[in-house]
Amino acid sequence: MSKLNIITRGIIKDNPTFVLLLGMCPTLGTTTSAINGMSMGLATMCVLILSNIVISAVAKFIPDKVRIPSYIVIIATFVTVVQFVMQAYLPSLYETLGLFIPLIVVNCIVLGRAEAFANKNGVIDSALDGVGIGLGFTIALTLLGFVRELLGSGSIFGIKLIEGDGMLAFVLAPGAFIALAYLIVLFRKITTKKS
Amino acid sequence: MAKKSSFLSMTLTLTLICLVCSALLGFVYSFTEKPIKNAEVAKKNSAISVVLPQFTNVPSEEEQTLEMDGKEYKVYTAKNGEDIIGYAIESASAGFGGPIKLMIGITVDGIIHNISVLSHAETPGLGDKIDPRKSNFPEQFKGMNPAQTNMAVTKDGGDIDAITAATISSRAYIEAVKSAVALYNNVITK
Repeated sequence: MSKLNIITRGIIKDNPTFVLLLGMCPTLGTTTSAINGMSMGLATMCVLILSNIVISAVAKFIPDKVRIPSYIVIIATFVTVVQFVMQAYLPSLYETLGLFIPLIVVNCIVLGRAEAFANKNGVIDSALDGVGIGLGFTIALTLLGFVRELLGSGSIFGIKLIEGDGMLAFVLAPGAFIALAYLIVLFRKITTKKS
Repeated sequence: MAKKSSFLSMTLTLTLICLVCSALLGFVYSFTEKPIKNAEVAKKNSAISVVLPQFTNVPSEEEQTLEMDGKEYKVYTAKNGEDIIGYAIESASAGFGGPIKLMIGITVDGIIHNISVLSHAETPGLGDKIDPRKSNFPEQFKGMNPAQTNMAVTKDGGDIDAITAATISSRAYIEAVKSAVALYNNVITK
């Protein structure tokens, strides 16, 4: 598999949100606006790249029976690092996302990629896989946030387009499910036509 | 693929990983600790400067903790030169999605100068309108004289218009303001 392929696969063929349907909790919880979705995606991507690199490097030395606890410790460490850095240098972003950052630890995408890819592949390929899957996740979350913000509050990236409230249901949980379902349908329609 | 698992190798690996990870965390914490503290203090000071008229001291350095009815409140005194101009009171109450933490500025004449939201977990689009950037609900409290106002939502027979579809959040907000006012009347000015 070529290097570029690893990245595009994460965005299209193995898109974590639209195809693998992994990590639904942060997907539905954080995407009340486009900027929240994007930040959550980027934070997850950071953790994913770092954990993929480290896990692919040390996988050979970890006994099989303790591999899951080892991965979780490594992932939790990187999540906490990201949390500290964000709290220190991006306090306003931390205010909106703070609650969801610890949830990255239990995001099945991160552990899923460690199990399915990083422990069988080299460091560079695993890093690229992190970039690809991370980008796929970021794009999906931004799109979902974009749709929900536009329909629910009538704004895009915090810029008000329509006065008034919009369809409030889209900011709430039911709207998240509805918007996600329609985006998955659209995504499948476009990607199956191509192949 | 992975190594064979023996008791010794499993114990050793996990210990080693935990050691390295905690060392890394300690290292990151050592240089982010200060910026995190600074960001918190800056946030506090900017919240205080929003809720009180101009002052010359640094109120976050004049923090005191007062107790009323078994609850603790953080109170910051704002001074202009030597004269006390008002108090910023941190007050919390149970909202719809979690605690609502407010910073309430009361000037020495007992008038609510302004209120800002420190943190909340209310529903986006509904209860989060307690944030002054999102609706004019908090405007009602600006310059309010609590002694002459019936502090309750109109639904409960009071003088305050609740946020549409977020009565619980509105009630919690008023509750936090009320306890700050009570603290001012019963503890601070006594």
